[in-house]
Amino acid sequence: MIKFSEDKMKEVQAMIARYPEGKHKSALIPLLHLAQDEFGGWLSAETMDYVATLLQLESIEVYEVATFYSMFNLKPVGKHVFEVCHTGPCMLNGSDKIIEYIKKKLSISVGETTADDLFTLKTVECLGACGYAPMMQLGIHYREHLTEAKVDAIIEECRNKK
Amino acid sequence: MAEEVKKLKVTIDNITLEVPQGTTILQAARMVGGDVVPPAMCYYTKLEGSGGKCRTCLVEVSKGSEADPRPMPKLVVSCRTGVMDGMEVKNITSPKVKEARNGVVEFLLLNHPLDCPVCDQAGECHLQDLGYEHGKQGTRYEFKRRTFDKHDLGPYIQLHMTRCILCYRCVITADQLTEKRVHGILSRGDHAEIATYIEKSLDNNFIGNVIDVCPVGALTDKTFRFKNRVWFTKPVNAHRECSCCSGKVTLWQRGEEVLRVTARKDQWGEVEEWICNECRFEKKKTTDWVIEGPTHVSRHSVISQGHYENMVKPKETFSAVHDGRKPKLLMDIHSVSEVNDPSIDLSEIQGPATGAVFNHPKQKA
Amino acid sequence: MAKKLLLEKAHVEGIRYYDVYRREGGYAAVEKALKMDTGAVVEEVKKSGLRGRGGAGFPAGMKWSFLAKPEGVPRYLVCNADESEPGTFKDRYLMEVLPHLLIEGLIISSYALGSNITYIYIRGEYAWIVAILEQAISEAKENGFLGKNILGSGFDCEIYVQRGAGAYICGEETALIESLEGKRGNPRIKPPFPAVKGLWDCPTVVNNVETIAAVVPIMNMGGEAYSEIGVGRSTGTKLISACGNINKPGVYEIDMTISVEEFIYSEEYCGGIPNGKKLKACIPGGSSVPILPANLLLKTAKGETRYMNYESLSDGGFATGSMMGSGGFIVLDEDQCIVRNTLTLARFYRHESCGQCSPCREGTGWMEKILNKIEYGKGEMSDIDLLWDIQRKIEGNTICPLGDAAAWPVAAAIRHFRDEFEWHINNRELSQTQNYGLAHYADPIHVPEQVNA
Ligand SMILES: Cc1cc2nc3c(=O)[nH]c(=O)nc-3n(C[C@H](O)[C@H](O)[C@H](O)COP(=O)(O)O)c2cc1C
Ligand code: SF4
Ligand code: SF4
Ligand code: FES
Ligand code: FES
Repeated sequence: MIKFSEDKMKEVQAMIARYPEGKHKSALIPLLHLAQDEFGGWLSAETMDYVATLLQLESIEVYEVATFYSMFNLKPVGKHVFEVCHTGPCMLNGSDKIIEYIKKKLSISVGETTADDLFTLKTVECLGACGYAPMMQLGIHYREHLTEAKVDAIIEECRNKK
Repeated sequence: MAEEVKKLKVTIDNITLEVPQGTTILQAARMVGGDVVPPAMCYYTKLEGSGGKCRTCLVEVSKGSEADPRPMPKLVVSCRTGVMDGMEVKNITSPKVKEARNGVVEFLLLNHPLDCPVCDQAGECHLQDLGYEHGKQGTRYEFKRRTFDKHDLGPYIQLHMTRCILCYRCVITADQLTEKRVHGILSRGDHAEIATYIEKSLDNNFIGNVIDVCPVGALTDKTFRFKNRVWFTKPVNAHRECSCCSGKVTLWQRGEEVLRVTARKDQWGEVEEWICNECRFEKKKTTDWVIEGPTHVSRHSVISQGHYENMVKPKETFSAVHDGRKPKLLMDIHSVSEVNDPSIDLSEIQGPATGAVFNHPKQKA
Repeated sequence: MAKKLLLEKAHVEGIRYYDVYRREGGYAAVEKALKMDTGAVVEEVKKSGLRGRGGAGFPAGMKWSFLAKPEGVPRYLVCNADESEPGTFKDRYLMEVLPHLLIEGLIISSYALGSNITYIYIRGEYAWIVAILEQAISEAKENGFLGKNILGSGFDCEIYVQRGAGAYICGEETALIESLEGKRGNPRIKPPFPAVKGLWDCPTVVNNVETIAAVVPIMNMGGEAYSEIGVGRSTGTKLISACGNINKPGVYEIDMTISVEEFIYSEEYCGGIPNGKKLKACIPGGSSVPILPANLLLKTAKGETRYMNYESLSDGGFATGSMMGSGGFIVLDEDQCIVRNTLTLARFYRHESCGQCSPCREGTGWMEKILNKIEYGKGEMSDIDLLWDIQRKIEGNTICPLGDAAAWPVAAAIRHFRDEFEWHINNRELSQTQNYGLAHYADPIHVPEQVNA
């Protein structure tokens, strides 16, 4: 059984308190973020059911929402997820090459996770960093102006964090 | 006469009628009947909040209202657009509508498997009707059609996701009729699908109605015995004492056997009264039912061209008023009739003028 | 040097924090506004001529005056910080650098509209900005600018930040509202409009981050004075996020009197194109607006200079013009391939379609597949007309403008670069290793001679 810690439960209560009485469903997306961060970087059916009980929703309401938004992982992912943008402006600045480089470097294709469960490579659509292209999201931060050397350094950094 | 309900004047394809405030264009068109009725694949009168999604019912509003006569800049969905006093609407008289609708039908059929020969819905499928009326021969789509993982929805309901047009009717039905919705729309965009996420069966009471509201063969009755082509079965109206629903149904029989039980549908193919799961799925003996007589299938679909004996022609108000003439002919008006809006390009209309008959506003039967 | 109203203080050390922001004159606009009648605040915004900065350019004051005010029903202001239109990253800059400017604008706007609970809906990926905003909110609250009875005016207001979770469509205002209600981001069928039935069915105004921020200078200088900056109906200043093939990508505040050419080539702004390359094309207002070849970008079809403002950018309609949109300025140099660029955008819209309505759900995917085919050397001539026909059948026939937004880039690419598409199709193999290049896209346009009457 998964469960938020007491501290996290306080956060949950604070989230719900942001909305008028009876509108607690609004806390669903923030809560799913919290749950994803807490329970292994992805949303299992069990996690989603747990969130449903916390908000007194039907499970299906949670599934519907979780599957709509691209930031929710419905399958396990590696410890470090490289989300590389490949939309127009990033493409103009060489995102395709960066993606190829990461693929080669980690020996995985887009959507895959390395055998050691350390890295997952995803392509994403425009993240609002077009002027600092090519770029990727790693955790809550952006890594911008990517070059092959920078990618190497990022991979190294992640490995060291292990 | 209903008292004090404000009446609004609306003209649809040159036919003027008065409707109560709050009527949508689609409802008004249905009061006229016949060809001026836009096809509706997602709207469902009894489901609150339905409509607006499929875009088959688009119409052109050539005059917004008496107060603001400007035409609406875009085509609007007739199922969700309210009538305004003095509004003028073009459905089959609008080339723009025709083009847009052909487009919508093409989009709906794009990823549709066209497996009609093996589909239980064949014969009562609204998409089949629509494709028949608006579709082109052949497809311009040369890519692989979308496929989905198979999901089992339990003992009563069969899902064929590839046929689904995402009209949301079944979701709204489950929300509004059953205690607990277990299926819904997952994912987004062209991957969106009807599913339960983790395998669950749909067995809440009244959930069987999703089968009747589904415009295509995406949700069908697993208990439909012997899987027959509907046009070989004979529909009869029947009823029984039921503790949780009206018990008024249509039985689809072959000989003395009850192959399938559905709710009764009106001329727009919409359920008249919802029925419970027991009536639908459990009562498959003729002796369970009091038979009333043959059902009038009034949708002009493939079924009505089928094998009913003593088939009664559907009652379409408009054609009744005009001695059975089809409204389509009446549309082909020309020159001096009063219904002719000078802004209509007459060169686009063929045939003789019979406009005078339009001067009588439709009376609601 | 152009006048700066929003970013003037952007480089002041520590401006992100309350003390510095306040020292630099921050929150004076709140003090001024809260002494005024709410109607008078709306009036100032109306006078300013401020147009919505989220993309549609609808006059903000007008939108505010449409807000329904039924007795006993709460009203809401929601700030649209979903910023996901490719090419656009100005709101992010504003929030990261000047969070208090947004909060100050929100307090004034909430007061004017009577919103006691105001939400900032921010795209989920901007995760670190949530903390920046929340800190600014708590600082404002500590200093009496939020909470109960602000500055003794009797007005109560709380601001909360709501994170999205990855969906461009949630920038569309009704989808945003649905998402804020904890649902899938399916746009609503309008009417009813949010001004009547929005968040939790209450009257709601949704405004872009930059729109709200602009309320601060408007309050400080007065609507009249604000309206005198700029030209015609393009009043005030506009943030432009410039990207693509330029020397100095970034966020610029312009007053809307400079020419496109100056914007691209002057050192003050984009600083020209790297490596001495030539300009081929540009999408001047975010990925949804029509792409223009160099010649039509710098000059209108009439041969006049094109300026960076609402009217001039749209001069010529869709036939020969484009739009200001969200201010996402994407520059393509001579080495870029229009087919590939169009393909990535088509893929974007397919990926971001909510899937509710059939033309967009099915049409966006179809266009992407055809473009993919052409890009990878399998196209046929008939594909171009097919693409044209599909985009035409999507446009105007969908629930929300995402359908149009998906159709326009394809339409404009074919309209202006048809020969590049044809080249791809005629040179299937060559097109895999080589680009069509600049071709004639920068040649001066032939302007028909004026016939003297
Ligand atoms: C598909 C789509 C995406 C949009 N994305 C955004 C967005 O990211 N940010 C934004 O401010 N407005 C966006 N808009 C425009 C909003 O619907 C709305 O018009 C805007 O927030 C109103 O604010 P404004 O009047 O201040 O510009 C989008 C519209 C559509 C149709
Ligand atoms: S399964 Fe049928 S009723 Fe449900 S959304 Fe699909 S087409 Fe509509
Ligand atoms: S146009 Fe696209 S994004 Fe908008 S409602 Fe329709 S399917 Fe959804
Ligand atoms: S296109 Fe990559 S961040 Fe915008
Ligand atoms: S019936 Fe009107 S849009 Fe589907």
